[in-house]
Amino acid sequence: MGTAPKTLFEKVWEQHVVIEPKGEPTVLYIDLQLLHEVTSPQAFEGLRLAGRRVRRPDRSIATVDHNVPTTIEGRLNIVDQIAATQIATLRKNCADFGIELYDVNSREQGIVHVIGPELGITKPGMTIVCGDSHTSTHGAFGALAFGIGTSEVEHVLATQTLPQSKPKTFRISVEGRLPRGVTAKDIILAIIGKIGTDGATGCVIEYAGSAIRELSMEGRMTICNMSIEAGARAGMIAPDETTFAYLKGRRFSPKGAAWDEAVREWSRLPSDPGAKFDRELVIDAGTLVPYVSWGTSPGMVAPITDVVPDPAAALNEQERKSLERALEYMGLQAGTPLADVSIDRVFIGSCTNSRIEDLRAAARIAAGYKVSTHVSAMVVPGSQQVKAQAEQEGLDRVFREAGFEWREPGCSMCLGMNPDILSPGERCASTSNRNFEGRQGRGGRTHLVSPEMAAAAAIAGHFIDIRNWPVLDVASEEVKA
Amino acid sequence: MQPFRTLAALAVPLDRTNVDTDQIIPKQFLKRIERSGYGEFLFFDWRRTANGEPDLSFPLNEPRYQGAQILIAGKNFGCGSSREHAAWALSDFGFRAVIAPTFADIFFSNAGKNGIVLVKLDEEQVNSLLENAKKIPNYRLTVSLEEQTVTDGREFNAKFDFDPFRKFCLIEGLDDIGLTLRHASALDAYEKKHDEAGWLRAK
Repeated sequence: MGTAPKTLFEKVWEQHVVIEPKGEPTVLYIDLQLLHEVTSPQAFEGLRLAGRRVRRPDRSIATVDHNVPTTIEGRLNIVDQIAATQIATLRKNCADFGIELYDVNSREQGIVHVIGPELGITKPGMTIVCGDSHTSTHGAFGALAFGIGTSEVEHVLATQTLPQSKPKTFRISVEGRLPRGVTAKDIILAIIGKIGTDGATGCVIEYAGSAIRELSMEGRMTICNMSIEAGARAGMIAPDETTFAYLKGRRFSPKGAAWDEAVREWSRLPSDPGAKFDRELVIDAGTLVPYVSWGTSPGMVAPITDVVPDPAAALNEQERKSLERALEYMGLQAGTPLADVSIDRVFIGSCTNSRIEDLRAAARIAAGYKVSTHVSAMVVPGSQQVKAQAEQEGLDRVFREAGFEWREPGCSMCLGMNPDILSPGERCASTSNRNFEGRQGRGGRTHLVSPEMAAAAAIAGHFIDIRNWPVLDVASEEVKA
Repeated sequence: MQPFRTLAALAVPLDRTNVDTDQIIPKQFLKRIERSGYGEFLFFDWRRTANGEPDLSFPLNEPRYQGAQILIAGKNFGCGSSREHAAWALSDFGFRAVIAPTFADIFFSNAGKNGIVLVKLDEEQVNSLLENAKKIPNYRLTVSLEEQTVTDGREFNAKFDFDPFRKFCLIEGLDDIGLTLRHASALDAYEKKHDEAGWLRAK
């Protein structure tokens, strides 16, 4: 103890080493596994076939999020029989193996990466896995959280461990003050645009610097959420007073003396001064602007003030081909100003941007305006709790009056496994995390933006620089009411 | 898991970078609760035109590549979603090896657990394999995991790096859970102590 300075990641890793067999990966203990309907059925089936039990049902929590419809009628009678079977299978698996399930109609239901934090299940210093690549979200609390495949889900159910090779460490420091209108979403889009979608492969990123420390927990979650889009194994942020204030009093947060002990332990987690990282990158927050993705990979982003790039300017043949292909798919011409690109749909939601602050920010922009006549826009809260809170604050009314649809919680059009999808050729301003071909529906064209940028685009009918947006006075009145 | 030692097979070029798992298997096929039967959905949208007809210009649909068991692709193959369905679809379709300059982390792990060998070669080497597979009819490669080599029986010979433990598991066709359970007593002892850390308890 107390020799070489350690990083946040190293402290969490070391605390969870069960055994380091010679010549083999480390056996790492997993504190919490989050389960959902899509990536778990084959894992439970594997356990049954092998006659294995779940080692620690108390260290797993399940919910339904990926394929649930987001309309009340749709949820009462799920017409997609394959989806309905998948949900029924999760129900049976949780009952058979003794795992707590937050079912479709429970007040705790929601996107798995939204409910973990809001229930106080996610805590600093934990190891957390889920059969979903956006598990990196939970790293915002200083947990080591990463996405896994279904075979690994089964492995964790059976052993509460995973064999893991130690990743490298990569510190990205965002220093200085964020300009007005620039959000956590813009920070992470800027990072991915800079380092590329494989820029952090094999690494755990620690986000640091004054601009990160200034962010709320929800902003931090947005950033860690998209770590996977830069190829990272996980993203982490050191726990601090903001973290503790968020966790205090939550349902599964420690109480009384246990709380004080927990805060003492969590306070030891931040990287020690002088700790060595394998890689470092420093970004000046003052240079950041609102971003819009224009292509079919999250690295294909540009400032809202820019134009669609020209493939002829690509560095090499392979990049040129990939740009041409992306522009063809997206139906965009090189040189078109991004602010001139008109849209058909708007999606505000997903594990990236569906929390209360995201909805407040979008509502503030939308209040007093009407959604453009050629745009269809929807808001999908991340969880039942977020939905209830938003309704208490009157945000649902602001959205509805502006012409947005107000839906039930779930992953929805982030990946379009439920009925919420784009039609071929439709262009969508989306607060989600992936603009891959067909992600939101075959032939659909996704542009990734912040909640504010999405709300403004819904009203303008095209992308627009949020920094020039006239917020109407009615906004604050409505939101306060 | 089917053991992997040496594979001599037809190779098909997929000359694209950042092939994400949404392309390998689109989301509408993730609703099934089985582990098998995903092969027909592999690269579903790329194999079909907008009106649902087979797109004959897509390499996997070209008659000359039928029966290929080795896929050659650009960098960052398998990025995006953690869906193991991507590995299941590749394996069910008949692929036993993918050659690319780099692979995304989660896909890398998923492939290994399904007996698919991921071979990392230099970008230049991959480019020449892509060119060869396009130009030379019936272009076959031999991937030896034991020797860690790729050869075409002509001029192409390359060595590749491979994690020794992963290699051992693939060659023996070993199940990871069984391997971890060899450490059951260490796990029991660790867990007993670890459970005392209330600040790391989920609930």
